[in-house]
Amino acid sequence: MEFKNLKLNKKTTFIVWVIIIAFIIAAPTILPVFRLNLLGRYLSLAIVALGVDLIWGFTGLLSLGQGIFFALGGYCAAMYLQITSSSEFPNNIPEFFGLYGVDNLPFFWEPFRSPIFSLFAIWVIPALVAGMLGFLVFRNRIKGVYFSILTQAALLVFFNLFNGQQKLINGTNGLKTDVTQLFGQMVGSEPMQRMFFWVTALLVIAAWFFAKWVVKGRFGNILIGIRDDEPRVRFTGYNPVIFKTIIFSIAGGLAGISGALYTVQSGIVSPQFMTVPFSIEMVIWVAVGGRGTLLGAILGAVFINYAKSLVSEALPASWMFIQGGLFILVVTALPEGVLGWIQGDGPRNLLQRFGLKRKIETYPSLEVNNKEGNNE
Amino acid sequence: MELLLDSLFNGVAIGSVLLVAALGLAIVFGLMGVINLAHGELMMLGAYTTYVTQLIFKLPLLKPYYNAYVIVSIFLAFIVSGVVGILLEKTVIRKLYGSPLETLLATWGVSLILQQFVRSVPLAYGTGLVISLIIGLFLPTTFPLRIKESINFKYFKFSSWIFAALTGVLTGNVISSSVSKLSRASARNVDVTAPAWMRGQVEILGTAFPKTRLMIIIITLISVIAITLFLNQSAWGMRIRAVTQNRKMSDCLGISTEKVDVLTFGIGSGLAGVAGVAVSLLGSVGPNVGGNYIVGCFMVVVLGGVGNLLGTVLASFGIGIMTDLIGAGRLLSIWPDMPLPLSNTINFFATTSMARVMIFALIVIFLQFKPTGLFPQKGRMVES
Repeated sequence: MEFKNLKLNKKTTFIVWVIIIAFIIAAPTILPVFRLNLLGRYLSLAIVALGVDLIWGFTGLLSLGQGIFFALGGYCAAMYLQITSSSEFPNNIPEFFGLYGVDNLPFFWEPFRSPIFSLFAIWVIPALVAGMLGFLVFRNRIKGVYFSILTQAALLVFFNLFNGQQKLINGTNGLKTDVTQLFGQMVGSEPMQRMFFWVTALLVIAAWFFAKWVVKGRFGNILIGIRDDEPRVRFTGYNPVIFKTIIFSIAGGLAGISGALYTVQSGIVSPQFMTVPFSIEMVIWVAVGGRGTLLGAILGAVFINYAKSLVSEALPASWMFIQGGLFILVVTALPEGVLGWIQGDGPRNLLQRFGLKRKIETYPSLEVNNKEGNNE
Repeated sequence: MELLLDSLFNGVAIGSVLLVAALGLAIVFGLMGVINLAHGELMMLGAYTTYVTQLIFKLPLLKPYYNAYVIVSIFLAFIVSGVVGILLEKTVIRKLYGSPLETLLATWGVSLILQQFVRSVPLAYGTGLVISLIIGLFLPTTFPLRIKESINFKYFKFSSWIFAALTGVLTGNVISSSVSKLSRASARNVDVTAPAWMRGQVEILGTAFPKTRLMIIIITLISVIAITLFLNQSAWGMRIRAVTQNRKMSDCLGISTEKVDVLTFGIGSGLAGVAGVAVSLLGSVGPNVGGNYIVGCFMVVVLGGVGNLLGTVLASFGIGIMTDLIGAGRLLSIWPDMPLPLSNTINFFATTSMARVMIFALIVIFLQFKPTGLFPQKGRMVES
């Protein structure tokens, strides 16, 4: 794998953060509710993108199945909301059960009556599932493309599992949350949506600090070591399996939180969250923003989704072309992403090309060696 | 006995579609370590080729030969998908060797573009474009050596591309004016109707088998035999095997790995096209048709291991038979009085989609014991 260890300098990070926070504070007053809601959703997607960045950008594991954990988080939130606002329906169970003639609540719904359990379930359950799946896969040193394919297969399996079970979780129709009640108010109502926007914004910042803390220090160094040369990490006495499992379940937990926030803001969770394209899209947000830069993941998620909604409104058919082109362009021409390009030699190369900056002479042998070393 | 035969046949039928689809994927993955996420879309191109061929064979000029269109379309689909695959290798994948994860993402981008292309470009002009690609890529290779080595070869190449483009536009126009169904873009699914001799059933040993299924099994059989012969008997096959085993050493010994890569990718993609013909005989054809099969193909590759066709064959038939056994709940009819908890579990998994869940779980369990598939490649490398 060929890219440098990217570090944003403090000044840029600070400026970007001032802009982001100013925007978040200003957004509720300047944006109409519809746009604000969209922005809130995209911000919640930024959290799952942070997780993808942790496992792909820092550890080199390309997971095409983050949708599983995203949807699990969403389902946990939706189950709590459904069950707490089901008192007026027959048998005190959510309305959709009546359609399939189910009278008794399935056993796994029971714990979701408790708000505290649900609050934990949103991130613990996805993290546990991710940890288990990851452990089984990493234990056998399955990695690289095999890992990606297996995660994709797992995604499809979960999709089938949730899609087919009408009597347990309403199958393909999904669980609606916008007409449920929370704190005595409708979840889909305007004040609640505003509140969710604030919660999301705060959690994005919290998740960013958390991710930053994870990749800092020795733990983060080992992750980067695994990405760059896993056998060498193993030969120096570390067990990569443990580190990979931990980081994969952290990413799963982040995806769960993200899914819950996305669900309450979009008003429904359904197996559509577990389709293959959606999970691969998550990777492209990170790739465009700049993998290995946490800020890049956030910016990539928000901007690409915003661009997607704008383009789809104007020219519905062209988004697929643009997205496909973006995938190809990013991996061939911009492997470090936009932020990585700015931080690296990108701007200087551009200026050099127009003769605005003098070329820096390096030892050619140094570059050749470097390249070979990385290609191994 | 009859039940068992029926089950076996169904399993083999499911497995043979998987096999012909996964064969190309496995060869490419074995050689280059590249998983082609656009493989499903290459299958889709093959399926659409069948559809276009069928409509063209309904024209008065070709009407007498209508019954043969399936046979013709197998070859056409191989060529169409193969050419698109070669173009893909030459433009995108070649730049990404050594970074398999990036290739994965880039090929996903290609698959999105192909899907949208089929939706928003009329099939007639799509056909024209493919024809011009075929001419543009192959015409320069037929020039005599004197021209190929001359300094002006690039002008010859350029003029042949112009010729190709003109031919493409012309054929596109001709097709769109003569076949009205192909002249407008549509995202709707289309149906391929099998010719009369392929409809109906055949009775073997007292059990009725649908003819289309038998046809698919025959197509698969021929593809597997052809590929095995090609890899084991021909000079280029030997080169491909050599590069699969040790790329650097083959390069040192004078094998043009670049040509081997193009050839292998072309053949792998072409096989996807053949699989597309098989798929089009089973159900309706739409832009998303490839997506239904692709994950099954990945499972075959993971299960079968790299660089061994026997592994691919066994894995796809294994998955096919298991899918049928679990998905149709056949275990219950084979062993009717099994204990209640077990039979309840089997009933729970007795749908096609739930069978997939079960198969995946089984594969993950299998990988716990044999992480590199049925027939792993032998070697002493730290990195497999």
